[in-house]
Amino acid sequence: MIAALTSLTILGLVLGLILGVAARVFRVEGNKLVEEIMEILPGSQCGQCGFPGCAGAAQALAAGGAPVTLCPPGGRSVVLELAAKLGKEVNLAGVKDSVPKVAEVKEELCIGCTRCFKVCPTDAIMGAAQQIHSVFRDACTACGKCEEVCPTESVKLQPIPVTLHGWYWHKPNLQVLRNIPA
Amino acid sequence: MKLFKLRGGVHPESRKELAADRAIRVLPMPEYLYVPLLQHVGAPAQPNVNVGDKVLKGQLIGASQGVISAPVHAPTSGHIVAVGDYPAAHPSGLTAPTITIKADGEDRWLDTEAVSDPFVLSPDQISARVAAAGIVGLGGATFPSAVKLNLSRKNNVHTLIINGGECEPYITCDDRLMRERAAEIVEGVRLIRYAVGAEVVMVGIEDNKPAALAAMTLAAKNTEVKVIAVPAMYPMGWDKQMIKALTGREVPADGRTADIGVLVHNVATAFAVRDAVRFGRPLVSRLVTVSGGSVIEPANLEVPIGTLVENLFQFCGGFRNKPARMVLGGPMMGIQLASAAVPIVKGSSGVLALTDSEIGNVQPSPCIRCSSCVRACPVGLLPLDMAAHIRAGDSSAAVTLGLKDCVACGCCSFVCPSHIPLVHYFNFAKGELMEQERVKLKQESTKKLAEMRNERIARIERERVEAAAKRKAAREARERAAKEAAAKVVTETA
Repeated sequence: MIAALTSLTILGLVLGLILGVAARVFRVEGNKLVEEIMEILPGSQCGQCGFPGCAGAAQALAAGGAPVTLCPPGGRSVVLELAAKLGKEVNLAGVKDSVPKVAEVKEELCIGCTRCFKVCPTDAIMGAAQQIHSVFRDACTACGKCEEVCPTESVKLQPIPVTLHGWYWHKPNLQVLRNIPA
Repeated sequence: MKLFKLRGGVHPESRKELAADRAIRVLPMPEYLYVPLLQHVGAPAQPNVNVGDKVLKGQLIGASQGVISAPVHAPTSGHIVAVGDYPAAHPSGLTAPTITIKADGEDRWLDTEAVSDPFVLSPDQISARVAAAGIVGLGGATFPSAVKLNLSRKNNVHTLIINGGECEPYITCDDRLMRERAAEIVEGVRLIRYAVGAEVVMVGIEDNKPAALAAMTLAAKNTEVKVIAVPAMYPMGWDKQMIKALTGREVPADGRTADIGVLVHNVATAFAVRDAVRFGRPLVSRLVTVSGGSVIEPANLEVPIGTLVENLFQFCGGFRNKPARMVLGGPMMGIQLASAAVPIVKGSSGVLALTDSEIGNVQPSPCIRCSSCVRACPVGLLPLDMAAHIRAGDSSAAVTLGLKDCVACGCCSFVCPSHIPLVHYFNFAKGELMEQERVKLKQESTKKLAEMRNERIARIERERVEAAAKRKAAREARERAAKEAAAKVVTETA
């Protein structure tokens, strides 16, 4: 009887040790992919993708329930990064990045209601009650929340004008290269 | 002297004979000058004049701002008629901040501080004078020269190379400058050498400019400056190619020439440095070659900065026939101009009006993988593979192949038997990558903003709750005290 007791005890201890070590060595910290996707997303929680904030979108992306092209403020670069992260093929043709936009306040229409200023997820709008509001262009992600709440249609997303600083050569469009059979 | 073997390169027809024998002439002062605030690599200058102000020639009209920047000066006396946007000399035809000056015809210089012996100045004073004069690399790179001088002194540069390569076809302004103003150039070279403390000074001149070589050799006699003939080959005027030919050393891919102890300046820059240091005169004019098959009388002109390109063509007798293409700079690396109503800037070495037969207007055909471009590339890249990746929409693969080392010299496009616009692909991809980087930077900063806002909102909410709790506690304490007091009064009265 003593032999049975000792052997079972030793067996239990050894197996317990193995389980304990395995739990330490092969520990899984939440879903790493979701966190990595969160890093890529803009984090402005604008909700344009239809998910509750960037965390929701990240979970959906990680689960494969959302296309990589879901984030309008992110533009092409986010799409490319997401596609690389998730190992997906992506067709950039459908991604609307051709006209980057930025919010602009039409000063003659602004009544200083502070609604846009309160919803802006990146503090890109400066204003106070009864004062004309104004947009910091560098901080605006063109999420469009301000446009939705503005009672006088004073805040509108406008395409960013192309300047010398941002201009670059278009891609060579060589019809002839495509028409000739290889 | 032994020269070192170079990689790649091409031999385009030089066509320099069109303007090479035409002596420098001074362009009559045009009525209006359009001086852009950004004529250099770095931050644009900050205007410090207003509409209506009277300015003298050489007066500061845009101050340098930031570490890498250069000031701009009034190229003539007159008054400011506009501070605003004007079409820039750029292939996009977009506008850039520009100061417009109406010349008063007097061309009166500002009183400048001249020194009789510039060699008594300290090296710091020399670079300060160069910085104040707004001198930038006149070979076309337009990097602020004073920044280069300071960097070189910090990096203990031992070799100064003066670039008289001028390898672009048609362009002859440096050639004429060396022929006619060799002594002044040599003085400028010696000033730069003195300012950076270099031991060896070499002037590299392509051997297709014998007159310039002779003039420079004569002027450099009995000085520490060595004039050396290098083989005529494109892109000899690329600074790294010149360094390789003269010293045999190669600049690391992600480094600067100062990393291997070499400083390179253009001959025209040396000339401008001499003017700035000796006479305190800022850079307000430069030599420009006007050439091309359409130009009736090609010329080398001394042109005030801000002159419109069309004024130059008019002065040269106009066009023989309608030019098929107008180019600012050389035909290999210059930019195509949509309009001639754009100003000459500090980096403009030439304006060309080319005929149909001078421009290659052949339709591209598929790549036959002949690898001519690989042999021509002076950097040692694989243009055909890079272009194929970019065409397929994979710019990052081109970066792995060394896209960032491409200097857009155009050798690959020049030799391609299929006429594939390889450099166009590379320019597009470089622009696209820059754009992506900009977007990424913006996203990082807006993300931080969003996080800060969320934290702030959480903090305000927390503080509100705490304040409410505190108020409640205070109220309760007050009520309790009042009750106790009331009870006390009751007991006392009882």
